[in-house]
Amino acid sequence: MAGPGGARVDPHAWLARQTRWSAPEIAFWLAALLPFVLFPTYLTLASQIAITALFAVSLDLILGYAGIISLGHAVYFGIGAYTAGLIAKHGWGEPITGLIAGAVAATVVGYLTGLIVVRVRQLALLMITLGLGFLAAEAANSMGRITGGADGLQGVRVWDLFGAFEFDLYGYTAYGYSLAALFLVFLLSRRLVHSPFGLSLRGIRENQRRMPAIGAPNRARLLKVYTIAACFAGIAGALLAQTTQTVSLETLGFQRSADVAVMLILGGTGRLYGGIIGAVIFMIARDQLADMNPQYWYFWIGLLLMAVVLFLPTGVLGGLARLVPQRWRTA
Amino acid sequence: MLKLRVALSCAAALLLGVAGAQAEDTVKIGIIAPYSGQFADTGVQMDNGIKLFTQQHGDKAGGKKIELIRKDVGGIAPDVAKRLAQELIVRDKVDLLAGFMLTPNAMAAGDVSAQAKKFMVVMNAATSVIIDKSPYMVRTSVTTPQINENYGAWVFKHGTKKVYTMVSDYGPGQDAEQAFHRGFKAAGGEIVGADRFPVANPDFSAFVQRAKNANPEAIYIWVPGGTQPAAIAKALAERGINPSNTKIFGQGELTLPEALKSMGDSAIGIITAFHYDYNHQSATNKEFVGAFEKMHNRIPDIYSVGAYDGMHLIYAALDKTKGKTDGEALVNAAKGMAWESPRGPISIDPQTRDIVQTIYIRKVDKVNGQLVNVEFDKVEKAKDPTHGMKK
Amino acid sequence: MISQIMGVLFDGFAYGMLLFLLSVGLSVTLGLMNFTNLAHGSFAMLGGYVTVTLMRDAGWPFLLTLPVAFVAAAVASVAFERTLFRRLYRATELNQVLFTIGLVFVMAAAAAYVFGTVAQPVRVPDYLNGSFRIGGINFAVYRLFLIGMALVITVLLVIGLEMTRFGAQVRAAVDNQRMAKGLGIDVDTVFAVTFALGSGLAGLGGALAIEIVGLDPSFGFQYLVYVLIVVAVGGLGSIGGSFLAATLLGVSDVAGKFYVPQLGAFLIYAIMVGLLFFRPAGLFGKR
Repeated sequence: MAGPGGARVDPHAWLARQTRWSAPEIAFWLAALLPFVLFPTYLTLASQIAITALFAVSLDLILGYAGIISLGHAVYFGIGAYTAGLIAKHGWGEPITGLIAGAVAATVVGYLTGLIVVRVRQLALLMITLGLGFLAAEAANSMGRITGGADGLQGVRVWDLFGAFEFDLYGYTAYGYSLAALFLVFLLSRRLVHSPFGLSLRGIRENQRRMPAIGAPNRARLLKVYTIAACFAGIAGALLAQTTQTVSLETLGFQRSADVAVMLILGGTGRLYGGIIGAVIFMIARDQLADMNPQYWYFWIGLLLMAVVLFLPTGVLGGLARLVPQRWRTA
Repeated sequence: MLKLRVALSCAAALLLGVAGAQAEDTVKIGIIAPYSGQFADTGVQMDNGIKLFTQQHGDKAGGKKIELIRKDVGGIAPDVAKRLAQELIVRDKVDLLAGFMLTPNAMAAGDVSAQAKKFMVVMNAATSVIIDKSPYMVRTSVTTPQINENYGAWVFKHGTKKVYTMVSDYGPGQDAEQAFHRGFKAAGGEIVGADRFPVANPDFSAFVQRAKNANPEAIYIWVPGGTQPAAIAKALAERGINPSNTKIFGQGELTLPEALKSMGDSAIGIITAFHYDYNHQSATNKEFVGAFEKMHNRIPDIYSVGAYDGMHLIYAALDKTKGKTDGEALVNAAKGMAWESPRGPISIDPQTRDIVQTIYIRKVDKVNGQLVNVEFDKVEKAKDPTHGMKK
Repeated sequence: MISQIMGVLFDGFAYGMLLFLLSVGLSVTLGLMNFTNLAHGSFAMLGGYVTVTLMRDAGWPFLLTLPVAFVAAAVASVAFERTLFRRLYRATELNQVLFTIGLVFVMAAAAAYVFGTVAQPVRVPDYLNGSFRIGGINFAVYRLFLIGMALVITVLLVIGLEMTRFGAQVRAAVDNQRMAKGLGIDVDTVFAVTFALGSGLAGLGGALAIEIVGLDPSFGFQYLVYVLIVVAVGGLGSIGGSFLAATLLGVSDVAGKFYVPQLGAFLIYAIMVGLLFFRPAGLFGKR
């Protein structure tokens, strides 16, 4: 396999090189700690950004790396949220186990729906993910006695994290918890995409017909990544339920699925950091603009979306990447 | 790693404490409402009510200057509402919270109000249990059972023995259905059928046909405002169901001005129950509507009057506490307060902190060539029955 | 019993025709040009606003506003197509989806800005109101009108595609673009005209639908979902497929709500997911 400059490179060495931590990456994660010191009144916003970023990373795994266009990814987010919320509501408020429960529930549903999703492509895929999203939202609404319906789930009481950190008004615990979860999931995702499995996903994305021909059948791989992505989305949802101690129907809704797709395009798909950057930009912009001229927020988002697709289809990170000289590129 | 984080947090907290002393003679009010998205128009009407009040009464109350800080929650987003409430308290140092169009948002912010012990005024959200979320919360709008349970009793007492109900299948619709059933059955009536339709239902033909097959004496409808009232009314008219052969009862949303324009004369005779109509015949209301139209070039609605009365409450409470803003003082000042609102006489129940007001029964009629809701009966001093009135 | 079933069938078919009118344009453009235009629902919304505005502010009779709604939506779509959409013909499907969703947001916000977020009052002339009963079945006049319009349009479309020269060119361009170009067919123009036609139909569908379902700025998105369902189930590029899918969905939705109201909105989504799973290309899909 040819590396930059044309020399032959051993595939495993190439992969190993991808996984090395670059300076900008380390700087980024250190910077993520800054809000604790510099912006302590913005910690709640920061924790919600971290959660959304985690959700975006989970979508990137299927959309950016495997090429599955899903407009219903929020289903798994919502399932994670409701599971964690319900467990806390009914007496067991320990955060970590609640988080794991949410992840497990989302994984199971992800696997089952994944069996359907990986068998379709193009418009049918889009429609099925959309349809599953609406079905889930309707179901949550009908089961109002369990989920709280349109009024939202009430009475969610989460215990102190590790028995010591209360979920306080300022959001210190919330941000620490969310950031830690984001980092862990990110590490896992990084391992995943820079592995032979991850490479095969990119192969499927580029040319679906070729992959089985070279001995790497599609469906099993797609199902695996879809289930993993559902698990991560569930973790994000559970985090939201626990840090805000409330869950509503819109955690499953189309708006959430669409917003996260917008963030991913904004940041750049297939780059893992794209989802994080996109989430940061989107949510900070919304927070700031919400004070200025809120009524037409979606007008500007729409315009931004159109502009990004037309002029910067690889997103912010893609645009930045083009500025970086060839030999420094990792992907 | 954890110790480092804790140490950093403490340092930050100390810094904050030093920086946090606020101006002693300003009262900051944090207003959380949907200024964008699907509910933007209701948010605007709410804000119009607030603006009218501050224009008429100035920006001083209880000897202090009043400052309003507005935050857009964007729609149904309790996580955002909670965060905004937290940020308003922690970052902007507001003394009290107000606004709240939507129930999930009010519930989430209620938690913050209780935790931070801040006075909170709910200006619209209508679900009963909201008020229990915080002992520092009061409401100046209405609750769904307050209207519908009293309405159910009224309907029976005025000659209707059997009713077929049709409501939207989500929180408020279900609340309305339950409340109406309770009131109607307690008075002695019989519910002959109860249907629920999906929230954003485009086509009502199936449901209307089901109602028609039951051949009821009366139909009760609950739909949210927007496109639904006209759609269901037209579907009924299509099947020949109109007030001349079947009594049609509904909550005020069914006969809002825009809906009436779409329905035309087939709406004449529909009976609705509501707590405010711009056509209410009182001197206070005439003045209010006039001033509102002059300032905003449109007629006020329940969102405007809920906000207007909310501001009145805040100013009056501040006057009573002479500017003290802690939650305990303000909520005690608010309890039992009574005044004449554009909608009629209202008061805040001292036990439940919820609003007590008159529910008007109106009929659609043509007055001066225009279709309007004409009030012809009322239930005075109506309370929310789920808060321990009579069961 | 029989009259009840007939009643459900009639109402279901009428609702299906409403969906068909909104969707047939998208089936045409998606199938022929492979361009996923999610702003299709917004063109329908545009047609609706044109009708409402002409009726309310200029006092035009309802029927006269219909061709204007068609033309307005067609013209708007051509403007977008010439300036924006053609740059995305080679883009990935995801990018087309996101671009047109962005357009949906922009058009919804524009509608809210110009017309406000309130529901628009819609009143059709009295001769289209009311209903009559035959054999115990209720026939609403407006629904008959909808069915009539849908059938007329179907016939016109089929004749247009099968029997005119232009239709032959369209079919040729769909089957093999390069070959068609090689034969001297101006594929660009064919596509532009077809796109205008499809979007114009959306505008017309919107103008016809608002009497039953109402109109506010969320129309573009709300009905987009139903339109996508019809097109996906019916199969891209197939007018007959859209017709059948719309009928199937309309009847099952109404029947479901009539006989088992608790199923409510589930049925339409469940049917779609189920059908697409077994026939991903839709009932009559070519791809």
